Amino acid sequence: MTISARTTAQQLVEHALATSSADDCIAIVRDVTSANLRWANNTLTTNGVMTEMSVTVVSFVAVDGGTATGSVSGSASTTEQVTAIVEAADAAARAGSPAEDAAELVGDVASPDWDLEPETTDIGVYDAFAPALGEAFVEATAERRLLYGFVNHDVTTTYLGSSRGLRLRHVQPTGHYACTGKDDALTRSAWTGGATRDFRDVDAAAMAATVKQRLGWAERRVELPAGRYDTILPPSSVADLMIDAYWGAGARVAHEGESVYSRRGGGTRIGDKVAAPGVSLFSDPAYAGLECAPFVVTGASDNTDSVFDNGLPLERTDWIRDGLLTGLIQTRHSAGMTGQPVTPMIDNLVLEIGDGAGTVDDLVAGTQRGLLLTCLWYIREVDPQSMLLTGLTRDGVYVVEDGEIVGAANNFRWNESPIDLLNRFTAATDTVPSFSREWGDDYFSRTATPALRVPDFNMSSVSQGV
Amino acid sequence: MSAPGLDPTFSDLPHRRLGEVALSRAQELGASHADFRFERNRYQYLGARDGVLQTASDAEDLGFAVRVVHQGAWGFASGVVLTDEEARRVAETAVAVARVAAAMTTTPVELAPEPVHDDVTWISGYDVDPLDVPTRDKSALLVDWTERLRAGSAVAHATAFLQQVQENKYYADLSGTRTTQQRVRLQPGFEATGEDAETGIFDSMASIAPPAGRGWEYLTDGHWDWDAEIAEVPELLAEKLKAPSVEAGTYDLVVHPSNLWLTIHESIGHATELDRALGYEANYAGTSFATYDKLGTLQYGSPVMNVRGDRTQEHGLATVGYDDEGVQTQAWDIVRDGVLVGYQLDRSMGHLKPELNEGRSNGCAYADSPGHIPIQRMANVSLVPGTDGLSTDDLVSRVERGIYVVGDKSWSIDMQRFNFQFTGQRFYKITDGRLDGMLRDVAYQATTTDFWGSMEAVGGQDTWLLGGAFNCGKAQPGQVAAVSHGCPTALFRGVNILNTMDEAGR
Repeated sequence: MTISARTTAQQLVEHALATSSADDCIAIVRDVTSANLRWANNTLTTNGVMTEMSVTVVSFVAVDGGTATGSVSGSASTTEQVTAIVEAADAAARAGSPAEDAAELVGDVASPDWDLEPETTDIGVYDAFAPALGEAFVEATAERRLLYGFVNHDVTTTYLGSSRGLRLRHVQPTGHYACTGKDDALTRSAWTGGATRDFRDVDAAAMAATVKQRLGWAERRVELPAGRYDTILPPSSVADLMIDAYWGAGARVAHEGESVYSRRGGGTRIGDKVAAPGVSLFSDPAYAGLECAPFVVTGASDNTDSVFDNGLPLERTDWIRDGLLTGLIQTRHSAGMTGQPVTPMIDNLVLEIGDGAGTVDDLVAGTQRGLLLTCLWYIREVDPQSMLLTGLTRDGVYVVEDGEIVGAANNFRWNESPIDLLNRFTAATDTVPSFSREWGDDYFSRTATPALRVPDFNMSSVSQGV
Repeated sequence: MSAPGLDPTFSDLPHRRLGEVALSRAQELGASHADFRFERNRYQYLGARDGVLQTASDAEDLGFAVRVVHQGAWGFASGVVLTDEEARRVAETAVAVARVAAAMTTTPVELAPEPVHDDVTWISGYDVDPLDVPTRDKSALLVDWTERLRAGSAVAHATAFLQQVQENKYYADLSGTRTTQQRVRLQPGFEATGEDAETGIFDSMASIAPPAGRGWEYLTDGHWDWDAEIAEVPELLAEKLKAPSVEAGTYDLVVHPSNLWLTIHESIGHATELDRALGYEANYAGTSFATYDKLGTLQYGSPVMNVRGDRTQEHGLATVGYDDEGVQTQAWDIVRDGVLVGYQLDRSMGHLKPELNEGRSNGCAYADSPGHIPIQRMANVSLVPGTDGLSTDDLVSRVERGIYVVGDKSWSIDMQRFNFQFTGQRFYKITDGRLDGMLRDVAYQATTTDFWGSMEAVGGQDTWLLGGAFNCGKAQPGQVAAVSHGCPTALFRGVNILNTMDEAGR
């Protein structure tokens, strides 16, 4: 095999477009570098530096009754490898049947930075973090605590080119950190975590100190039964729940009567009140700190994505505005079915509450008796009609009395609908950067949410897990 | 039909040469252990909705990884450029990462010993690689399934999908082991959705067919009666839409293998991974209530409970000849007569507890891609059938007031594997030993040892079915693995049943 390690991403795109014999062609090249550290029991366990280069080719061919598509992806760093992908995609399109989501391809848009090389990361991103983590291990061992955690940083540079003239480039840095602490008897557990773009704002010593403080809160243990509790959901837990609400917001499925956003008798609930006044849920590629791709990039069609939409510009999209459902995730195809605007999925999510103010500490101070959660875990949908979710609390359920944290309770299994919660909460804080414990690592780390206080959160049963 | 051979398009890749280059470079740089893994994983996903092929995508993940132990610390790096120069660079990066890691490694890395396996090849049991079947034929099948489902009066919408994987791996290490492997798996499925016009309630009914470590023949040669299931699902959905909502309370359960496999996966499979029991997943997937001090004494379940780990199970999704640390795979007991007696191990876990498995790993290391480091992953973990040949009818006949659960749906368990909640596809009321119509809105919730302790009887081999999952998640960075779980139908006494509408406050 000949190669060339020097073949650039742009050259791979141009080669794909030049090689394809289809009527139209889209080429997506992703250059990804990542570096991670993982630790447990006060020692590093695994780590790594990874490089990937993948190419996705979507071919479009006119067939009887419309346009057929073929989508093939593969690891590729040479023109020879790209040729094989193109040939497979062209063949798949020619063997295919007319696509139901066929639409005019987006054309003639170019990013001014198209010619730039991919941006990368490496193990050096932890130059400051790693030594401080080593010191945290020493301190934790001396003070009979155990630390477990993970940091990851990756940079993905995406090149999207098409036979209609698209030449779009986007650089996406993504990073996150998390640390779980336990006492050496393994009877107490605490967690902290968050998202970052470059690790310059992540302090290993501060991370370990937060865990230490929370383990201290748990020195007094309170056994509580299942039931409905006045519960403060911190921003990370609210992010967990809002991501499910967002992922479940596909317009086609709603229009066809299969989601919480479906109107009985037919159609979607767009225009209906689904949340309390003042509640706004939106995505915005330009949101400060949560910046993400400002155009559609997708290698395959399904209910919420269409390969024909590649390159469509993305802008702030309101999903819920002042309590009213204003948008659902739409391809051009589903927009045609539902008669609604085209509002594709965007890779960040923000929840704002009109009169939300202050911090979690303020909510605690204003609570006579209740619970403060740390994070949620193992969240799964039980019933799509109500979007009933189940899950567990994890790594710290703190008991609040007269405005102060007085101890830690056992964990609970809960059953709740995020849509119901958006109607029932009684207090909210300012919106701040947050990080979903459940989904942030691998799928969706760009969220900003407030903390919420819910007066009757359904703790369905006790979990013995610590 | 003769057994498939090694795919020549994989054999032609430069894996052996790159492996020698990388291992040599790691050795030159002072690595005490180094392994090289070269992988090509091919995937195809097809999805149809309401008589139209909606999604068709092919993907291939090709690359290699070098893992080293250098001065007692792990170092890992991967790449996709298939040149000698890049193999050297990746090996050098792995050693450089180990040097950074050394400052944070307080417990030096050591691996359990494993005999050298000198250039062995293993291929899984299948007849026809589904990726060799024309996409047009597969698409037509899925489209036809959705059209047939939609013919049912209760069905408003129908979907069908087919996920296929061909996995090729070459492994080499400094001790001299060289393994080359190929395996195939596929997961077909379908679902019908409908709404009751009177109540406005919508619900779905999905296939209960398991994914399998088989080839295209799974769709064609009678291993599963797809036509019969497609014919009955619309009627089952219609009955479910009209079914009464369950009254919450305590019931005896008869659980079909199409549901019980998932309970086994969550409450036994993950709980008996030694890395979890020792804290190595504490920040993410969680630990385990089945801690090491309980080995040999923990009453996991009733005396009729026997569970085996098996990476050699024919057609199992976790079945392989050698794991991703060059360990020949094995089968062993995990629970015997209700008592915890074994764990799943990789080489580093095996070294930590040398009294297990005679100091050897039992072959549970796996990485899902060339870009990921191998971690301890689940073997096929299965519940052994009873010897007295009980049928499902026999088990139902023992129940005065209970529920028969078929098919999986929602699942969730806490981070130490105590508290779980599962739903299913179909729930039948049992009255005086007989099925008495369907119920809706059922979830069962229990604690692991209470649940397995309440297992009064297990069905015979005739009720046994190999279920499983394609995408079990674990680790950071996240990895997915396929795993099978076989089980018979089983009878449980006094299980807590929730009404999910009540839970939602509706």
